[in-house]
Amino acid sequence: MSAILQLQGVTRQFGGLMALNNVSFDLRPGEIVGLIGPNGAGKTTLVNLVTAVYGLTRGKIFFDGRQIDGMKSHEISRLGVARTFQIVQPFPQMTVLENVAAGALFAAGARNLVEAKEKALEHLKFVGLADLAGSSASALTLADRKRLELAKSLAMKPKLLLLDEVNAGLSNVEINRALDLIRRLVERGTTILLIEHLMKVVLAVCSRIIVLHHGQMIAEGIPSEVVRHPRVIEAYLGSRFASRAQRNSDHG
Amino acid sequence: MLYLQVLVNGLVLGGLYTCIAVGFSLVWGVLNIINILHGTFVVIGSYAAYFAYLKLGIHPFLSIPIAAAILFVLAYLFQSGVINKVVAAPVLTTLTLTFGLDLFLNNLLIIAFKADYRKVTLKNPLGVLDLAGITIPVDKLAAMVLALLLTGLLFWVLNASRTGRAIVAVRMDREAAALMGVKVRKIYALTFAIGAVMAGAAGSLISLIYPISPLNSFMFLGKAFIICVLGGLGSVSGAMVGGLALGVLESFGALAFGPEHAVTLSFIILILFLLFRPMGIMGKRGYD
Amino acid sequence: MVGNNYVIRLATIMMLYCVLALSWNFIGGLTGYPSFATAAFFGLGAYTGAVCQGQGVPMYLAWIFGALMAAVFATGLGLAILRLRGHYFAIASLVVADVLREIVNSATKLTGGGMGFNLPILKLGVDAQAKLFFYLMFVLAVLTIVSAAYVNRHRLGFGLRCIKQNEDAANMIGINATIYKTAAFTLSAVFVGWAGAFYASWVNYIEPGDVFDILFSVKPIVMVLLGKTGTVSGPIIGAIVFLFLEELVWRNFLTFHAGVLGLIVVALIFYLPNGLLAVDFRRWLGWRRNR
Repeated sequence: MSAILQLQGVTRQFGGLMALNNVSFDLRPGEIVGLIGPNGAGKTTLVNLVTAVYGLTRGKIFFDGRQIDGMKSHEISRLGVARTFQIVQPFPQMTVLENVAAGALFAAGARNLVEAKEKALEHLKFVGLADLAGSSASALTLADRKRLELAKSLAMKPKLLLLDEVNAGLSNVEINRALDLIRRLVERGTTILLIEHLMKVVLAVCSRIIVLHHGQMIAEGIPSEVVRHPRVIEAYLGSRFASRAQRNSDHG
Repeated sequence: MLYLQVLVNGLVLGGLYTCIAVGFSLVWGVLNIINILHGTFVVIGSYAAYFAYLKLGIHPFLSIPIAAAILFVLAYLFQSGVINKVVAAPVLTTLTLTFGLDLFLNNLLIIAFKADYRKVTLKNPLGVLDLAGITIPVDKLAAMVLALLLTGLLFWVLNASRTGRAIVAVRMDREAAALMGVKVRKIYALTFAIGAVMAGAAGSLISLIYPISPLNSFMFLGKAFIICVLGGLGSVSGAMVGGLALGVLESFGALAFGPEHAVTLSFIILILFLLFRPMGIMGKRGYD
Repeated sequence: MVGNNYVIRLATIMMLYCVLALSWNFIGGLTGYPSFATAAFFGLGAYTGAVCQGQGVPMYLAWIFGALMAAVFATGLGLAILRLRGHYFAIASLVVADVLREIVNSATKLTGGGMGFNLPILKLGVDAQAKLFFYLMFVLAVLTIVSAAYVNRHRLGFGLRCIKQNEDAANMIGINATIYKTAAFTLSAVFVGWAGAFYASWVNYIEPGDVFDILFSVKPIVMVLLGKTGTVSGPIIGAIVFLFLEELVWRNFLTFHAGVLGLIVVALIFYLPNGLLAVDFRRWLGWRRNR
């Protein structure tokens, strides 16, 4: 099965800062892969590079077999890549329904505004926001705004969904709800890259984890291996804990 | 030799331009307001100098304090009455507002003083300086020197006084400055007043060189725009770089295309900079 | 019949103002880019129409050339300056009118320069001419209204509103912001250019300072702010009210009318920041009654 997303040697420099350094990995269709790492590791930058918010300094990115680095954001969106923003970015003066309809209309190829709104309502039902369809997007609670963000992305009928900290600021109940949605998405065949800092979320849904630190990929593999990886522990907890963990695993 | 003369002409002109623009640049950088009134402020300064010379025999250079005082009062009125209320408003609002104010003020001037072009002609002109083949009219040179002195004074105030540093701080980061105890509203009012005062002083200085009429206000405004884009917003050094650059550009432009096209040329350069190098000649944000 | 012609003249200006206001609304109201380029498009249309007629082109064709010239110019200009935002875009658009005016001023052989341009006189009586130009402006206004309504209700208008509210998100959601903005900018020019060409034929004599007057950029903005940005009825109501105010000021403050206009603009910004359509007149009246 060929990869749906391929990063080859992706590097991004901002002046003197190397935000991402020679990152390479593949995503297979239908996977949920977690992307973790301490703050400033380059996770959001990676998403920004895939969606052409920034250009690459070096490297190549392929989506569904096509090279997409160099394309513009709206073109990539129409190919089937959608993302959520860590700080949600709605259209504040529009209703919830209109926000989602925008995704259906411009990325998923709905024929007109009326059809887009019908599709939008379906997506709102999927995330559970249907009864707030007429409300103004700026009047929602944080949790609802996150769901709106998700619905907007879904309306774009993406093959690849890049979720950037969808759970930040949510309560436990809300997080469980979000996890449920994510699982149902994967059942529908969407590939998901999940940026998360909540380990329990990552361990609950991800089949694979990629770990970034200071812009470099330091580990990749199934969850149970990654969490015991010495470099990962060092990145999160410091070298003392890493060497202690190493000693424990040597003895045990 | 010709080129050197043209260069010197440009630099002399540029010094004056610096003084015209520095107040505008400060207001734009600190309050984020494009003050359409700026051109009219310069014209008011010129009228102050004109009447001071006509009625009281005061040399235009010496009437700078008079012009400054008039503009300070005017600025304070405008600021507390109007400008303060729209500081955080979007571009459209502030531009349209200052445009309306300018329409009002400019029209007032036309009614009071008529639109005829006047000039301050000194009874005892200072003559012409001749340095190794380069001729410079002494009054223009003196005006330029004074303009640069005033600009330097502003630079010193911004760097040496507490209030000056507060202004720079607000320009760098409004919220951080507020958190440090800077009274941002007062700084806005002060900056706007300083902008107006510099405009008035510049007006006094150039009353000897440019014809005085309310119809000229947009010309000064245009030059101030260009200088801000060329040199960078909100800094004295930026206004200096931009002012000198514009002076030299116009001087050589007049040589190449004729004086009547020099202004069009400078506008085209403005557009080119906006398109390809909006951060200006220096390429970075100056904060001094 | 001086009185009748005065009314017709006023009505023609009314139609012109509707065209200007609705046109600015495409780029300023819907898309949120503060354009001050309306005067540039108006003057360009006026001079294109005038010069064409001077070269013997039939009037009707000359008008269409005026509209096309403004549209093509706007597309080119838009691709260049629409990537600027906020103040920089506003200034660039403002400066364009000045540059065009200077160019027209210098191209004396073609345009008559500062001495102005005389258009060929129509072989119609004064009354018939007045009526003709009213009908022309009226049709243009209707055309503009229909275009505005169509855009508002369909994909382009929706996309422009997204761009106005969050341009980055709009790009992410699949909107080609560059094309959409340029389309809006071109729309803001084509009817204005056409109106400029009409205007030149209507008044028979134009000068650079007259048709490139910065007021042609500022008045439409005030009209739309007076009504409500982003709608179709807003600019129309704003244009009507503005014309009414302008005539009032003209008749009462002849020498100072520009100044009073300036004060009106200031008052507007303060007391009607969301335009007339946002005022809840019932509440306002009820409040007065309670006193």
